[in-house]
Amino acid sequence: MNYIPNTDADREEMLKVVGVESIADLFAGVPEKFRFPELSLPPALTEMEVLAELQALADENDDVNHLSCFLGAGAYNHFVPKIVDFLIQRSEFYTAYTPYQPEISQGTLQAHYEYQSMVAALTGMEASNVSHYDGATAVAEAVIMALQVGRGKRTKVVLSPTLHPQYREVVHTYTQGMSVNTVGEDAPLGDLGALADLVGKDTACVIVQNPDFLGRLYTPAEMQALADHVHEAGALFVVSADPISLGLFTPPGDYGADVVCGEGQPMGNSLSFGGPYLGFFAMKLDDIRKTAGRIVGQTVDADGERGFVLTLSTREQHIRRDKASSNICSNQALNALAAAIYLATMGKYGVRKIAELTYHKAHYAAKLIGEIEGYAVTSDGPFFKEFVVQCPLPVEEVNSRLLDYGMIGGYDLGADYPELKDHMLLCVTEMNTRDDIEALADALAEIGSFQADDLEGQDELDDVEEVA
Amino acid sequence: MGEHLIYEICRAGRRAVALPDVDVPETAFPDGMLRGELPLPEVSEIDVARHYVRLSQMNHAIDTGFYPLGSCTMKYNPKVNEAAARLPGFAALHPLQAEESVQGAMGLMYNLQAILAEIAGFAQVTLQPAAGAHGELTGVLMMRKYLYDKGETHRNIILVPDSAHGTNPATTAMSCLKVVEVPSDSRGNVDLAVLKGLIEKHGPNLVGLMLTNPNTLGLFDEGVEEVLRMVHETGALVYGDGANFNAILGIAKPGEMGFDVMHYNLHKTFSTPHGGGGPGSGAVGVREHLVDYLPGPIVEKSEDGWYTWVMPAKSIGRVKAFWGNFGVLVRAYTYIRMHGAEGLREISENAVLNANYLQARLRGVYPIPHGDRTCMHEFVAQGKLEGAPGINTMDIAKRLMDYDFHPPTVYFPLIVPEALMIEPTETESKETMDAFADAMIQIAQEARENPELLKTAPHHAPLKRLDEVRAAKELQLCYAPGCS
Repeated sequence: MNYIPNTDADREEMLKVVGVESIADLFAGVPEKFRFPELSLPPALTEMEVLAELQALADENDDVNHLSCFLGAGAYNHFVPKIVDFLIQRSEFYTAYTPYQPEISQGTLQAHYEYQSMVAALTGMEASNVSHYDGATAVAEAVIMALQVGRGKRTKVVLSPTLHPQYREVVHTYTQGMSVNTVGEDAPLGDLGALADLVGKDTACVIVQNPDFLGRLYTPAEMQALADHVHEAGALFVVSADPISLGLFTPPGDYGADVVCGEGQPMGNSLSFGGPYLGFFAMKLDDIRKTAGRIVGQTVDADGERGFVLTLSTREQHIRRDKASSNICSNQALNALAAAIYLATMGKYGVRKIAELTYHKAHYAAKLIGEIEGYAVTSDGPFFKEFVVQCPLPVEEVNSRLLDYGMIGGYDLGADYPELKDHMLLCVTEMNTRDDIEALADALAEIGSFQADDLEGQDELDDVEEVA
Repeated sequence: MGEHLIYEICRAGRRAVALPDVDVPETAFPDGMLRGELPLPEVSEIDVARHYVRLSQMNHAIDTGFYPLGSCTMKYNPKVNEAAARLPGFAALHPLQAEESVQGAMGLMYNLQAILAEIAGFAQVTLQPAAGAHGELTGVLMMRKYLYDKGETHRNIILVPDSAHGTNPATTAMSCLKVVEVPSDSRGNVDLAVLKGLIEKHGPNLVGLMLTNPNTLGLFDEGVEEVLRMVHETGALVYGDGANFNAILGIAKPGEMGFDVMHYNLHKTFSTPHGGGGPGSGAVGVREHLVDYLPGPIVEKSEDGWYTWVMPAKSIGRVKAFWGNFGVLVRAYTYIRMHGAEGLREISENAVLNANYLQARLRGVYPIPHGDRTCMHEFVAQGKLEGAPGINTMDIAKRLMDYDFHPPTVYFPLIVPEALMIEPTETESKETMDAFADAMIQIAQEARENPELLKTAPHHAPLKRLDEVRAAKELQLCYAPGCS
């Protein structure tokens, strides 16, 4: 199957107009020894056949529609109203490109202006761009922006150890050529004071996640104190936030953040095995010319009618080339559209309600699991939807057994935090019913008790061996 | 007539969703942590539906009309791709699920890695980068690390032709390397004489050269072998910008030609939708010597057919959380599977034929600086018309909107004054191209007879010409009541 409308007769006529004998003649400029190579590929399929193949591949996976999902760690199973996916499938949205010609791109431009407005409102900031690739790259772009604001004199970047481990990795990848000194990742977990102690005159920015990777929520007072300290040193305070948490909790704009960014997937985007998502990025107006990414602004047309255009383009690569603030070109525009439709649909009532449901269910789950013998909930501060559970056996094993119960267990923290070996990060959202949560607690109890039996059995065996 | 903003139709208490009651015992919220006002819209579902449908109708899109935006490969986006990506077995997968529960998704990625490697002649591919520019950053960081690992840490220069996309120099700068520009010669190729001089001067300090081939003039560089040889002789590497890969599927393999690394734009060549500016996918292919430097994890297959995540030994690190824009990968995989080897070659053959046909039809009407050469998938004309001194490319672009065409890419490449970069793609019929050519010819006539018609265009678009200067001077970036 191909999507080429021209017929052989069309091609013949066109070749005549072009003035060549055959299509192959068009490629005479390609060195002969490289021309027309063999491609060893499986044979072409029709639409019917390809759908069957893809359905078979999809069926090999266990998805969250068929399992109870208690896994988060940066990608979240939140409810997406059906209208979101219906509207982003409007061809006029998804088969357009970057709105370089504003007169015939007002749909995209206005929707993105509204996205910016709603993200600014949610985060408590003055402005927002139209997205980065994901939460990780949004954080990395915040680092680069801070380094640019610091004009080469400020080269220290303080990264909280409870910033998502993959976001920290991406910051390291992005900055590997730069003279940057990243510190803080070995600070005690959850200790904002220890991060503050690392801030000096050479600091470009401090990046903290709230709620942090372990689920912990910092109070506005704690965050404001850190922000004040960071600002006194002349550095920027960057907060990576869960947008759903902001339906309920104080937005970072209210406690001194200069940039609020993070993973926007929870706003109306499917899990989709990790992407496409969107990195949201909200900021104050002061340093907006140092930020990266597309920004939409309001203006008027020749008749004085309100309209929208891409603005501050002189920051961007297509104008400034090697002087641009970033190399970003394509972003996650359609995902930002989904987020905008989600925020409009959920609205003032819905985003708060989702946050409340999530909060109560997560706390109920933590309470039940904390009561199970062999498990301990080690999160001691306030949290939103994720919390840490110490398990009686390796997390991988717990998860493998949970899969037999039809459940996706939590994130294994041991790989990123050696001190949290056998600790699992569990996530509960509005999608988990009370029954799901109680079933999880029952399953964990059973898995724990099997383990206790196994251990006793093992002990007896050991005794026997010792006697022998 | 514009559409109101979503905030402007709010009514206190109006809702578009109903959500379940809390079904568990409630837990008190912590003191001093709750936010005050949440200034989001209050609308009903029908408001949301009409608002966004009306907005959508203010867009030009591939599905509404011809979109010959040069260098962006605005080909038709098959609907089956959308269905495939939305299969719950893909769309409802959490990225951190255990490998045993996602073997189908990993298998798809493994096969796509192998297929993309085969199409472009590379040893291995990463699917992690989210867009073309992201792939460029990935590639240049790999080149840098590869050379630095060999102890050549003094190397700090990347050669970039003056016809390159802006992302090439921007990527170089982002990788903390210096850009040295290479001019094009009179035939639109990299100027070999100048390149020779630059290599004599900078050779030992080169990290590499970034080359788009076919280049942004739509021309297959006639000296490409020589360029590759000269750069490689200095010990540096050559980066291939795959933005124009739609011209050479089954025609040539960049890896075989000697490119060390190249990004693919899955949203261009492999038909995944452009989404109003994204998401894309910028998969990166490399030859053998760079395989260990790929970002990861990538998918590997064990002897018993089990797929696992593996981090390459000397990886530059992650460039993104999780595995890449998976939903985009599913679409590209679907598209490639429907074409096979022969179908892919037909794509490029027809893309190139269409571009040459359109070039032939416009020859003599608009100046085409390299119009004497066979172009590849696109060509560059100029919006400079004899007998119409006041008319420029922007006027012609805006007037095209009145004929229901999206304008070509304008004012790029920078080396062609008043550039109109035209890429029809293989999914357009002869009739569509004839209609476009007729409109261009008509506009050329209007430019001479009634230039005001162009100067004040568009006349039939949702809005008249927009004041972009005012937008940048009087910044208004969000609806005021929405901003606290």
